[in-house]
Amino acid sequence: MMDLLNILLSESFWAASLRIATPLIFGVLGALICERAGVLNLGIEGIFVVGAMSGWMAVWLGAGLWGGVLVAALAGAFFGLLHAILTVPLGLSQHVSGLGITLFATSVSYFSYRTALPNVSSPPRIEPFQPLDVPILSDLPFLGPVLFQQTALTWLALLMVALVWYVMNRTALGVAIQAVGDNPDSVDAQGLSVYGLRMGAIVAGSALMALGGAFLTMSAFDAFFFGMVNGRGWVCIALVIFASWRPGKALLGALLFGAFDALQVRLQAEMGALVPGQIFLMVPYILSIIALVLTARSADYPRALLTPWFKGQR
Amino acid sequence: MTDHTVLRLNGLSKRFGTVLANDDVSLALHRGEVLALLGENGAGKTTLMNMLFGHYLPDAGTVQVAGPDGVLAPLPLGHPQAALAAGIGMVHQHFTLAENLNALDNITLGSEPLRALRRDRKSARQKIEGIIARSGLSAPLNVPVGRLSVGECQRVEILKALYRDARILVLDEPTAVLTPQEADTLFDNIKAMTRDGLSVIFISHKLREVLAFSDRIAVLRHGRKVGEMATADADEGAIARMMVGADTPKVAREAMAPGAPVLQLQGVTVPGRSPRDTLTDVTMTVHAHEILGIAGISGNGQSALARVISGLAVPQNGTIRVGEEQIARPGPATMVRAGVGRIPEDRHHEGIVGAMSVAENMVIERLDDPSVQARGLLRRGAIRAHAEALARAYDVRGPGVDARARLLSGGNIQKLILARVFEHAPRLILANQPTRGLDMGAAAEVGRRLLQARARGAGVVLISEDLDEVLSLADRILVIRDGQLVDTHSHDRERIGLMMAGEPA
Repeated sequence: MMDLLNILLSESFWAASLRIATPLIFGVLGALICERAGVLNLGIEGIFVVGAMSGWMAVWLGAGLWGGVLVAALAGAFFGLLHAILTVPLGLSQHVSGLGITLFATSVSYFSYRTALPNVSSPPRIEPFQPLDVPILSDLPFLGPVLFQQTALTWLALLMVALVWYVMNRTALGVAIQAVGDNPDSVDAQGLSVYGLRMGAIVAGSALMALGGAFLTMSAFDAFFFGMVNGRGWVCIALVIFASWRPGKALLGALLFGAFDALQVRLQAEMGALVPGQIFLMVPYILSIIALVLTARSADYPRALLTPWFKGQR
Repeated sequence: MTDHTVLRLNGLSKRFGTVLANDDVSLALHRGEVLALLGENGAGKTTLMNMLFGHYLPDAGTVQVAGPDGVLAPLPLGHPQAALAAGIGMVHQHFTLAENLNALDNITLGSEPLRALRRDRKSARQKIEGIIARSGLSAPLNVPVGRLSVGECQRVEILKALYRDARILVLDEPTAVLTPQEADTLFDNIKAMTRDGLSVIFISHKLREVLAFSDRIAVLRHGRKVGEMATADADEGAIARMMVGADTPKVAREAMAPGAPVLQLQGVTVPGRSPRDTLTDVTMTVHAHEILGIAGISGNGQSALARVISGLAVPQNGTIRVGEEQIARPGPATMVRAGVGRIPEDRHHEGIVGAMSVAENMVIERLDDPSVQARGLLRRGAIRAHAEALARAYDVRGPGVDARARLLSGGNIQKLILARVFEHAPRLILANQPTRGLDMGAAAEVGRRLLQARARGAGVVLISEDLDEVLSLADRILVIRDGQLVDTHSHDRERIGLMMAGEPA
């Protein structure tokens, strides 16, 4: 018991939680934007892989770190556009299209990686984002190491939470996105483009998802591995329900998951001799399922989620 | 000021597949005028207005709209944005509101540039409040629209149009969901606004309100304009003839003495999560040779009552008797065996299995009958022959008895259900919204069949939100309100309307 308390009070635990939460923050925000507009994007898992691969590859080819971030976002946007075309004007099943995008995007990423690097045994490394050492602030007790020794991408993620919140709640664009996810006819009747809003939201959301992937290769690690996304995209799909499609709660959900994950690593170290490690690995997922069971029953889904809309059919 | 014409439709035509929905329709609308567009379901009224508003692109024809200066200019077709900019506002039959947003956001949606970094909610609110003060159309602005009443939602829809400075307002069946009193208030508000120069087109198939509130009437039939007249010169019979193309025989109802009770509900209570599926201590009796009308505004327990009578809901308290027999364990099969015929409210989902053939749907309530199956195998030949005879007798038209039932039109689906129900001469018939969405011809057929059943000695429970239908068919009328039944002891439309609204009559 004492050990648990020690863990929960340590700076490194909270710093790790935020670090682990960072890709999830990008992912949940991206999924949130898509679903608010009424489209489920199960391409998220593959878009993470694309973001991780293309961002890393760009840096490795000499584009610079921020160049890599841009490339990742554009690659995510491209696969988002594909999903958008299939599900919005063509109105195909969002589940089928999304899973297809995930398979396609993952395979294309692995294929490109293997084609570019046919004969390497250990993946080449890049110089990743370094923790920002903010003068004065990073010397603050506790808050310093937790908040102010993170990399720029973590800061970007936190900034995105505020930005998405502002756009969704304070701008005409955000109101229109909420409307198109609730009742597309309301948008159409007011002379706005249902297709334009939905496709734009999917493309923007997918670009954010890809940043989650880019964080993995450009900040958390310094290389690209097969299977490194490891279900993080799926976790985001669950977290967005937990978050009731709200950016603030999305941050909370991602942090909770990050904390569970950081906790299990430390518990493994403390008690690994007694309990098999796999049990600890399950902890964040089991706790997510429990959190979801508790919140999802009252979930207020965007009413038009999964429902295609066609111009001139009412 | 030219000739005060604010809108001119010139020869609009629209074809959907093989159906000519609008055929060379021309109309003019004058400033400050209320024009009623009248016609049966499927006459092309909504299609015409959707072309005006840019939802559909016409195959032929043009539209001219007067600008603020009164000069007619051509309207680019196929763009709602252009129609809005030209001062045309449309209130659709099905609300186009985002329920997760409040009224303010719904009203301003689309009027602000999407690129703007901030919104000016304060001046938007001021403008809306000004419109509310002038028009009398009030609605709470800060509550999510999903929590507003139907009447409030409708007012939000109209406010949406007025906020965009509409000079021409199109209302598609605005009263379909309102009580008679709410409808009257709405029309009073509209009348007041026309005095300020608003011009209104409203679509309806209710003759009464058209005669009471319009200045001019245009009648559509089969996509063509078949008549146009000033309301002052209009004659109810003549308009009805124009709408259906022939004289509708006024349903002949001969007086009949009620016979023995065929259905008795005693103190039936069904708990539910909402008023829609709640019944509280309901007692009623239906006799042979009697049509009992249940009037009420939608969502006041009609569906719960229908579910009890069709055996889908088991009451918590109370007893159900069909004829002499007390139903101990209600269930759909029990009720059918006891002699209850059911015409369900949602004919597409509860009345038929769309993926099965017309013939199969005709026998679906009695699959254990030896004429339908032998030793567990369906007798397909017999089923088919039976279906063809029945389709002829009840005039079920469509691609044939082997076609999937969902391919039939709404009117023919209803005929299929009537055939299935009436074939076995049930002693009690539950008709839940039996003519909703049907055109006049098909609706008259339903009425005729119900009266036939009554003459034969059946009892009928007619649940309907169409008060005119209840008034014309029912021998006795009860009002359902908040899950309770009240006897009206009258056929007085005003009095029943007030009871439906829950006001002391």
